[in-house]
Amino acid sequence: MTTIRYTTNRLPFPTRAIRSLSTPGGAIYLLLLALLVILAFYNPGLSEPGQLSRFIGRSAPIAIVAIGQYFVIAAGEFDLSMGAVISAQVVLAGNLIGQDPAQILPVIVLMIVVGIAVGVVNGLLTTLLRVPSFITTLGTTLILSGFTFYLTGGAPSGNPADAFRAIGRGGIQNVPVIGFVPYSVLVLIALAGAAVWLMRRPFGRMLMGVGDNQSTIALLGAAPWWIRTRAFILSSIAATIAAILMVGYAGVSPVVGQGYEFIAITAVVLGGVALGGGRGAILSAVAGAYVLETLVAILNFAGVESTWRPAVQGAIIVLALGLPLLWTKRKAFKILLRRKASTAKTPNPTAPQSITEKP
Amino acid sequence: MQTSAARTTTFTVLAALALAVSACAPGGTAATPATEAATQNSWFDQQKYDLENSQRTATFTGDPAKPYLQYLPGPMVEAGAFKASGPAKVCFSNAALSNTWRQTGWITMNEQLKELQKQGIISELETRNAQDSDNTQVADIDYFVNEKSCDAFIIAPNSPQATAPAVERACSTGKPVIIFDRGAGTNCGTTFIHSVGGMAWGMDSASFIKDNVEPGGHVVVLRTAAGVDVFEQRWAAAQHIFNEAGLKYTDYITGADPTKIKSIVTDEIAKGNVDAVWVDLGDQAVPAIEAFEDAGKDIPVVTGEDNLAYLRAWKAKGFKGFASVYDAYQWRTALLAAAQLFQGQAIPKDWVLPQIPVTAKELDTVLATNQGMPDTHYAASGGEDLPGFPQVWQQRVIP
Amino acid sequence: MSTISKDLKNSLLSSTGTVYLVLILVVIAGACITAANGRNFFAPGNISDLLTSTTVLGLVVIGQTLVILLGSLDLSVPFVLSLSSVLSAGVMAGQSTNFAAGIATALLAAAAVGLVNGVLVGLVKINGFIATLGTGLIISGYLFTNYRGTTGKASPELTAIGTATLGVIPVTTIGMAVCLVIVALFLSKTRTGLHLYAVGGDANVATMSGIRSAVPALVAHTISGLLAGVAGLVIVSRLGVGSPEVGTQGGYDLLSIAAVVVGGAILAGGKGSIWGSLGGILIFASIDSVMGIMQVNPYLKEVVRGLIIIVAVAVYARRNQIKIPARFAAIQKAAPTRPTNGATR
Repeated sequence: MTTIRYTTNRLPFPTRAIRSLSTPGGAIYLLLLALLVILAFYNPGLSEPGQLSRFIGRSAPIAIVAIGQYFVIAAGEFDLSMGAVISAQVVLAGNLIGQDPAQILPVIVLMIVVGIAVGVVNGLLTTLLRVPSFITTLGTTLILSGFTFYLTGGAPSGNPADAFRAIGRGGIQNVPVIGFVPYSVLVLIALAGAAVWLMRRPFGRMLMGVGDNQSTIALLGAAPWWIRTRAFILSSIAATIAAILMVGYAGVSPVVGQGYEFIAITAVVLGGVALGGGRGAILSAVAGAYVLETLVAILNFAGVESTWRPAVQGAIIVLALGLPLLWTKRKAFKILLRRKASTAKTPNPTAPQSITEKP
Repeated sequence: MQTSAARTTTFTVLAALALAVSACAPGGTAATPATEAATQNSWFDQQKYDLENSQRTATFTGDPAKPYLQYLPGPMVEAGAFKASGPAKVCFSNAALSNTWRQTGWITMNEQLKELQKQGIISELETRNAQDSDNTQVADIDYFVNEKSCDAFIIAPNSPQATAPAVERACSTGKPVIIFDRGAGTNCGTTFIHSVGGMAWGMDSASFIKDNVEPGGHVVVLRTAAGVDVFEQRWAAAQHIFNEAGLKYTDYITGADPTKIKSIVTDEIAKGNVDAVWVDLGDQAVPAIEAFEDAGKDIPVVTGEDNLAYLRAWKAKGFKGFASVYDAYQWRTALLAAAQLFQGQAIPKDWVLPQIPVTAKELDTVLATNQGMPDTHYAASGGEDLPGFPQVWQQRVIP
Repeated sequence: MSTISKDLKNSLLSSTGTVYLVLILVVIAGACITAANGRNFFAPGNISDLLTSTTVLGLVVIGQTLVILLGSLDLSVPFVLSLSSVLSAGVMAGQSTNFAAGIATALLAAAAVGLVNGVLVGLVKINGFIATLGTGLIISGYLFTNYRGTTGKASPELTAIGTATLGVIPVTTIGMAVCLVIVALFLSKTRTGLHLYAVGGDANVATMSGIRSAVPALVAHTISGLLAGVAGLVIVSRLGVGSPEVGTQGGYDLLSIAAVVVGGAILAGGKGSIWGSLGGILIFASIDSVMGIMQVNPYLKEVVRGLIIIVAVAVYARRNQIKIPARFAAIQKAAPTRPTNGATR
């Protein structure tokens, strides 16, 4: 099946790009650009090419996790198990690879298999057993993290071989202009490209459909349960890849990956993806992830006490979602005031119009 | 859609605001929180500082080959009514097993338990793990108190003040109460087993930094958690020394998360000169070291603890290092204290264990002794004379 | 007589009834397992431990039930709990004279946060997940900047309440039970309570029926915040101090949601009951208690918890039963039943 192409009446790309800035998915890029400028202001070293690509590289795991979470949220679900998947995979890598480079490839294969298995379990429990995904993934989080900690007693045995860690830590040296390109940036670009391609395929369009109006998709002959399960599988694989990069970057520890699912959900929502599913662009989710990371870096360089960072993140989330809604409401509020004034004047008010919010 | 235009407006306004604010804020390197150095750290206690300073070099009673039984001379507690006529049951309320130091101690404690069980002194060690939660630990202690089947209590408190009421309830049962590691916020316990102290720990590593960094140098301080008395005391002592030496410092609370540590240190390197890194927990040192490597900079003075990951990195990379020690063998001492009481022997009321850091001189010997051990093992585990050494520690199966 | 047996059958087969059946099974199984190992599940120490752990979670769950009935969530609970604990312990500072002031400060602050949540969810119409996540993060920033570790000291009166027991039942548990009954009455007897169900079931229909959907949201979230504040006070009464981390240490946010869902509520809103949620907590507490007695590795405890959550909800989700009050049962029989489609979430 070929991808659907729009007619030749489509506006030229530059115009489309500018117009898209007015969509929720587009506006996030404005914010990201502004924040990057501010960061460069606080940290002039960032404008050095090598530094910028390193910054992108160290935040790549969060962006990858956001991509995974995007698939799940677009389908109208939640995946709260990403943090536990990351922890489990990190521990798996640390314990099974040890210092033996020959184990690297088999263990990576095993990790991907485990990631797929978790995704399948999440998907089947949510679709066939009809357990709400919030609960399913909460359950799998507890089971997975419980098992991981039980087997390792709470901490893995140590960092795996350097060859394995090179994936997350190393990069290509002496690239013209840019200087140093971490492998994690390449992985991110590859994954983002693959994700964008996937969303243009029938699967991607069905995924949006499942989030938007599931019964219609079922009537079309597609199997919503399989579509949603695949979304969970993609999410778990994304968490696995993020885990591989994180082991490389920082090594193993029992707390690695904790809370990443909430960061991912925040990034996706900031990027304009509706929490009920059915709308949103994948690259905006990546932009949302980088907005959060850039914010953390700015706060660090501005000397804001590290304990205040969660508060700033919380404020950003609430403001970014609340202000547009308030702005929309100001019209409705004015209508309400006007109507109240008119009912005060006239004894018989006209039939009240309900002010339903657009979804 | 109405919301989309509103969103763009919101984001552009937010972005413009942020730009405006940042234009007014100090550019470049902003004022570091270190300027609060002038205010006294509420955890700093001059008396305790001086006491622990003197204890660092004091003479300990007992055989140096068995450091886990050594103690500083002082008031003793008679076993008296605690003497048991047969194997006795010990109940252990453990704060957590959530870091590698605690796990090392726990493995050693269990090996010691096997010995004491063979000798018929202790019948069973019932343990409850509070998983870092004060509320759970209070419930655990109360459970033991209400079950009325314990012949002795061993408590490793999570937070001193929060667990104090529960510990007092345990004391009121009349059975021996052995506190170790962190304090219990109350003096009613039979004995309190601990290494010299957190302040001495901080003094050891901070003095090393003072001796190796010029005044005016910049120290990056990595702290695990706020409000935990062991860590706070270490930092209070270190901060005191840094202030006296005229060193500048920036401190961060990291939760011992390696990703965070690496990002923090990388940013600090980008901000300016880092002359030393001081950590309050061994697990934090290695990510910091890697941050310097990745940035292509020379590794400055980085202190750590006696965990083998740090010691090995220290040897391999060749920077100026120093390992403060907080004896992991005190877990073993706690069990032995119970055993001694059951056998009618007196034990010290305040059981202070020697605290000997690992300096560059001892590094090679320590590494040789612990050659096959995993990176997460701590050198001062005190298990060398237990059967099962070294396999049990090498395999590192958490009981 | 036939209506009584029909009522009984209806209530047993309803979600809430099923929860309590499961609870009874769990207790029986727990008693057998522990007895087989020579321990007594019903020993006073164990029952008291079980009830104490139920109290704090129970208070949080009552509030969370209200919020979930609305179709929203409250993720700020752990931080409100911690905030209430540090504020009350801080103001009391161990003095009897500050007892009332400490309680008032903590509860006012907690209710204020709940109100803010209610405004964000009810008036500004931000998704509950995001709104409460945001407020929770903001509070956490305040907590960790201003409080380093345990702080303050409870007044002797508060500590006395915390340790007082009526036989084997702690006084604080009785207090929680009272709150439970009040809120249950609120839900079933007052207009706002019924509006809560309506808005949770279908917000648009409720608005078209003339219900101001903002009011139930404000009320539900404020009560949730207030009860989290009370839970914080209970913790201070037991620990004697406040702590900025006590809320996150207990994992009260996700556990409370799990308990509510195990108790038969659906996350989309409109269905659920306080009694079911209580059953959910008791199930968790009993299983935790059994595992504690058997000295099961605490990490395996988590695995079991996760399994229970999934299995319990799977059982309810499959049944998808709509609870009809008995007086409408006759009408229900006459009308054709709606076919269950796959679009339930």
